[in-house]
Amino acid sequence: MTSEKKRLHLRETQNPLTGRVSRRSFLSSLGAVGVAATAVPIVAGAQTAPPMAPPATATAGETIEGAIPVSLRVNGKQLDLEIDPRTTLLDCLRETISLTGTKKGCDHGQCGACTVHVNGRRINSCLTLAAMHQGDEITTIEGLGQPGSLHPMQASFVKHDGYQCGYCTSGQIMSAVALLKEKCGPSDSDVKELMSGNICRCGAYPNIVAAIQDVRQQA
Amino acid sequence: MEMFKYTQAAGIPQAIQAAAQSNTAQQGAQVRFIAGGTTLLDLMKLNVERPTQVIDINRLPLDKIEKLPDGRLQIGALVRNSDLAHHPAVSSGYSVLSQALLAGASAQLRNMATTGGNLLQRTRCMYFRNEAMACNKREPGTGCSAIEGDNRTLAILGTSKDCIATNPSDMNVALTALEATIHIQGAKGEREVPIGEFFLVPGNTPHRENVLEAGDLITFVTLPAPKSNSKQVYLKLRDRASYEFALSSAAVVAEVSGGKLVFVRVALGGVGTKPWRSFEAEKALHGKTLDEKTFRQAAEAALHGAQPQSENGFKVELAKRCITHALTLATKQA
Repeated sequence: MTSEKKRLHLRETQNPLTGRVSRRSFLSSLGAVGVAATAVPIVAGAQTAPPMAPPATATAGETIEGAIPVSLRVNGKQLDLEIDPRTTLLDCLRETISLTGTKKGCDHGQCGACTVHVNGRRINSCLTLAAMHQGDEITTIEGLGQPGSLHPMQASFVKHDGYQCGYCTSGQIMSAVALLKEKCGPSDSDVKELMSGNICRCGAYPNIVAAIQDVRQQA
Repeated sequence: MEMFKYTQAAGIPQAIQAAAQSNTAQQGAQVRFIAGGTTLLDLMKLNVERPTQVIDINRLPLDKIEKLPDGRLQIGALVRNSDLAHHPAVSSGYSVLSQALLAGASAQLRNMATTGGNLLQRTRCMYFRNEAMACNKREPGTGCSAIEGDNRTLAILGTSKDCIATNPSDMNVALTALEATIHIQGAKGEREVPIGEFFLVPGNTPHRENVLEAGDLITFVTLPAPKSNSKQVYLKLRDRASYEFALSSAAVVAEVSGGKLVFVRVALGGVGTKPWRSFEAEKALHGKTLDEKTFRQAAEAALHGAQPQSENGFKVELAKRCITHALTLATKQA
């Protein structure tokens, strides 16, 4: 068994949630085949690693040209990485650390899908370099809650149906959780103003606002 | 994005020394400071900015807001837009600045963008942002695609035959009305530049947007002591209610005594190639009684030299109404 095949085999048999091939692992497998076929080196190869696997580091015969060592703290875990200096925080989270809950929408700070918390404040992870965040506390949607122990905001989005396709949802929730600690007036329009950096092309806005207001009123 | 060398500045002198090796501090700079990154990384992804060295200045001790003994407010270049907007000294004494900051970008971007970075925010002109198009600002001598092109959002004041790009910042408009001073440290020492002299109109060198030279680091912005009796308004008109650049905006600082304007500053956004101080409007207002006719006359004076393009003629009237309404709001509160 080649190392690629072995890795795929392990991932498919190790899916603890469903015991079957998930959409993500299926898509990742396709990516892995592509990687094998085109012999793209380690940077792209990192995309195929299973969630929270050891991050891509240069192994024998595989180097990232001009890579720099970066130490990041993500969801409470300290990670020592070696990355291309051009790597945005978003790409680092998704491609290097395989935390794919944070989404890439526009990649230019216009849509909010990539919203994460840095030291408790929400930012667009696409417009910042991973290397700029050594020593910072980074929180992604995976660090907010998990199936069975949802953050109240995640539960409220479920309750109020605050999504349709779901692509913007992790960014919406990360923004909404940060908003709870920000200076925000009581009205729906105050919430809309402070959520305007998160675009939802399905148009789930009324339910998103309802979900946020519900949590604010509980608090 | 092209490869670059990433370093973290150990101190202000080291940052300046490293950046002084750059060919320029303007378009095409080989060395760039990075703070929030919201403009720089955006443009690097578009290949509009191609630095070979990026110096991270986020750890420099320039993130404080302090009241100086003489009453001025000193704002560190690394103070984030959100922190600046919500600082008690700003929301009470310089509310036009808080209003402008909170009218700009999104909550996420305001948590990233810095005071120094916002001063250097680049135009949103789509031809500047697209390397396939001719643009004198991006590549001197290639021409201006915007003048014959889609120029609805572009400038009507301070334009030239070579460039009509709008300065997109809201913060800079408020800082202009507040007569801020920019503090710069460079290879040749420190200097202070009034905001009115910091930005350059494009003329035939649109790639030069401000007075910064290679190695120059913006360290602070200072504001004059607050005018405690002034009323301040930032009015921003745009295509949607939030998270959009201004088509026209007006920052007004007004002091009224005995039913007359005894002090007034008017600055415009969304219509100029730089944050636009309207001395003409101020002259038309000073010492005058408060009525809509006076305000309208000031607005006419402000837009007297406007040069609209094929698709942005509406901005002339929009800017006039924006000024008139902002003045009405500022004096109604008085």
